[in-house]
Amino acid sequence: MSKHQVLSPLPGTFYRKPAPDQPPFKAAGAAVAVGDVLGLVEIMKNFQEVVAEVAGRAIQFMVEDGEAIDAEQLIAEIEV
Amino acid sequence: MNIHSVLIANRGEIAVRINRACRALDLRTVQIHSSADRDSLAVRLADQAIEIGPPPAAKSYLKIDAIVEAARASGADAVHPGYGFLAENADFADAVTAAGLIFIGPDGDAIRLLGDKVAARQVAANAGVPTVPGSTARLSDVDAGLALAERIGYPVMIKAAAGGGGRGIRVVQNGEEFARQFPQAAAEAAAAFGDGGLYVEKMIASARHIEVQILGDGQRFVHCFERECSLQRRRQKVWEEAPAFDLNAQVRTAMCTAAVKLAAQVRYKGAGTVEFLYDRATESFYFIEVNTRIQVEHPVTEMITGLDLVAEMIRIAGGERLSIEQDDVQINGHAIECRINAEDPAKNFLPGPGTITRLSVPGGDGVRFDSMLFEGYTVPPFYDSLLGKLIVHERDRARCLSRLREVLRGLVIEGVPTTLALHAALAADAAVASGAIDTRFLEGWLEHAFPAPTKR
Repeated sequence: MSKHQVLSPLPGTFYRKPAPDQPPFKAAGAAVAVGDVLGLVEIMKNFQEVVAEVAGRAIQFMVEDGEAIDAEQLIAEIEV
Repeated sequence: MNIHSVLIANRGEIAVRINRACRALDLRTVQIHSSADRDSLAVRLADQAIEIGPPPAAKSYLKIDAIVEAARASGADAVHPGYGFLAENADFADAVTAAGLIFIGPDGDAIRLLGDKVAARQVAANAGVPTVPGSTARLSDVDAGLALAERIGYPVMIKAAAGGGGRGIRVVQNGEEFARQFPQAAAEAAAAFGDGGLYVEKMIASARHIEVQILGDGQRFVHCFERECSLQRRRQKVWEEAPAFDLNAQVRTAMCTAAVKLAAQVRYKGAGTVEFLYDRATESFYFIEVNTRIQVEHPVTEMITGLDLVAEMIRIAGGERLSIEQDDVQINGHAIECRINAEDPAKNFLPGPGTITRLSVPGGDGVRFDSMLFEGYTVPPFYDSLLGKLIVHERDRARCLSRLREVLRGLVIEGVPTTLALHAALAADAAVASGAIDTRFLEGWLEHAFPAPTKR
């Protein structure tokens, strides 16, 4: 079993939910399909989606909702 | 004045600007900041700096408790909210006041009243100020909205009562679209503003955005003439001027008088802006909203009137009477402001944070650059993309445009993408020079006329 690392393409603020009062795009441990939205990165008030490039049986997040991140920072791991 | 020290509850260029106004009044400054802004110019300039949280604004610049606590701990006796963040948050104003401190702006009740866009339309109507045809109350349901839209005629805008600043607006062309968009708009408004209330306004086909600067001390109210802010992208202003060109004296007087009447109606205290749509074809104007704060584009008004609006709002909050009479405010020449953002106009305005490797700002009479930049400064990714505002003042608009072209050639900002090329192209554009613009001009122009063919 190998792990695929999801790195943030941009620096900014990472969000796991589409809006504060909504459930996360992906719960911890959820299965992932290619193209699934994993989260949002806010850079200077612009929101960019982070999209899964691989499918996997479970995802774990390394970053909390609303946390500051750097470019290339590890934000999640997908068990493939 | 009963203010001796001011806590600045903002960041970026406006924090620097407020610091400067406090210096002019000989006041001590306390700058709050997130951990991302430790090395900012605002922090360097202030007498005292207090870190209040991590980079995301929700955990720092929007944390009411932390900011009020910082104000108390630092011994500041007043709080200046700047623009954006908590500047129009009535609960913040109330919390500052409840802590025994002075909020530099109108009180929480005034912010609440004017921040509710439907209530503000009523205030305007009561003051005899014309409003855009539309709702007199929040819409109870989609059928009430449809009936109203039918009566005033399509296209109409569905707007969020708690919106403002160009946010929470949908344009619909017919009843079918209205019925489809209405529930979405309500859900979106509830999520974005915590208030799903909606109202309807008629869409004015070709309008200019003209706004009037007001000052009030709760007893006397003056206007400081108007600004022209029609050049907008995604409803965000890009370029502003004062005064509005091509506005006849009668219309100017009527519009400015209307703004003063509105201020008097709510016994306004502080600096504020009354926004209007102006239909040049019919020379009519309509109230849209009031902003109960200092605006980004306030420098163009300062350049043509010689006033220091930020200092003026601090004095008013400190219990002083207005220092000026209406007749003291005169228009002198013309001013234009360019908002320079860390965005790449060639890549659909993609923002780009980074480190400033070179900065060169032209000087000279009538040139002002309000900014937080310095060489070696790293623009963080967490906040808006405004890098600075270039303001040029000249005797008339033609000279102002010519001077602006020259100054823009001399302004160098390297290390991050900027919108300087956009401003240079606008300053050289024949339609802009002739004044043939409205609020929809810029988006069309970006598709057809920009980037301009290579030339010098």
